Amino acid sequence: MKIAIPVDEQDLESGVCPSFGRAPYFLFYDTVTKESYFLDNSAVASQGGAGIRAAQVIADHGVKALLTPRCGENAEEVLSKTEVLIYKSIPGTVQQNIDAFAAEQLILLSDFHPGFHGHEK
Amino acid sequence: MKNKSLKIAVLSGKGGTGKTLVSVNLASVAGQSVYIDCDVEEPNGHLFFKPTDIYQQDITVKIPVVDENLCNGCHKCVDFCKFNALAFIKNKPYVFEEVCHSCGGCLLLCPEKAISEKEKTIGKVQKGVSSNVTVNTGILNTGEASGIPIIKKLLNESASDKELPVFIDCPPGSACIVMESIKDADYCILVAEPTMFGVHNLNMVYDLVRLFDKPHGVVLNKCLNGENPAEEFCMEKNIPVLGQIPFDNALGSLNSDSKIAARESERFRALFYSLLETVMKEVRHETTANPQR
Repeated sequence: MKIAIPVDEQDLESGVCPSFGRAPYFLFYDTVTKESYFLDNSAVASQGGAGIRAAQVIADHGVKALLTPRCGENAEEVLSKTEVLIYKSIPGTVQQNIDAFAAEQLILLSDFHPGFHGHEK
Repeated sequence: MKNKSLKIAVLSGKGGTGKTLVSVNLASVAGQSVYIDCDVEEPNGHLFFKPTDIYQQDITVKIPVVDENLCNGCHKCVDFCKFNALAFIKNKPYVFEEVCHSCGGCLLLCPEKAISEKEKTIGKVQKGVSSNVTVNTGILNTGEASGIPIIKKLLNESASDKELPVFIDCPPGSACIVMESIKDADYCILVAEPTMFGVHNLNMVYDLVRLFDKPHGVVLNKCLNGENPAEEFCMEKNIPVLGQIPFDNALGSLNSDSKIAARESERFRALFYSLLETVMKEVRHETTANPQR
């Protein structure tokens, strides 16, 4: 199964990025082959709709589970419609989150914040 | 010079500085005049004017609709949308209406002509009368992202009220919505509070009116005896001070009872009339000195 995690650095020992849509990179990890790669988040500099664009990238990469500390309503809408499950990440490194997911210790994220698209403010 | 109405915009860097106080009272002492409330997220000028004979009109924007039978899933519209209002879900575009900026690009681009547009109501404009003032109010529905289409409508409408002075009560701050409100203004009044924080906010709108090359002056509100950092700022930058409004209990009471001070008290009528005269003198000076404006 392919999973994705928003990350601040391209390093499995770094932490999970607190933002999903505005994370600088995404880690993609295959739980079967244990292969991983990082991708620049093209949505990071978007004026608005970053969550939508980021969720699109996750879905387009065939991800089945996203591990993130938080997620906006619009991103959640894209992810649920494309059948990507959203798990709440835990404090600690990216590797620790991968291990916790493999051990089925993560729970599904249940609260989604409203978007920040009021850029006219 | 073209014979047209004078448009005077009232702005400030933050809310609660006195934009509505100044614009409502100036419109009230200007004889026949037009007041436009462009603060569409929280319009409050109508609370003072209590206009009657209200004519109301819904404001709509265009939102794309995808015909799934015509769409071939080429993805072009989704890639094009720089606002990220389109997602590609199960081989079809999906529209996030509240993120859409109604640019119409997706519609132009679609090779299969699978996209059409529907009208979506985002708010309304109201026009009413309060004594000798025509009161125009823009109201943006809660949750909508941008009030710009409402402001465009308000300012276009007022263009037909020929030759009457127009007072534009702007939204707070210096973002797009304020730029839209002052775009066609002949003169900008910046309202400032007598604090360091007030100076910071004044500086924001001062930068904006200079960027737009608008003639401008400052009204110092809530003035107390003693030093006034906003006044010092004006002296330093050589900005004309149009007038001072005292930090006054009677004025505060009238205002918090949603009464128009200039209509209730001779003292405040005189204060705002004298402010209006100074503004008009400045405007005439500016239009003579820079007729190309």
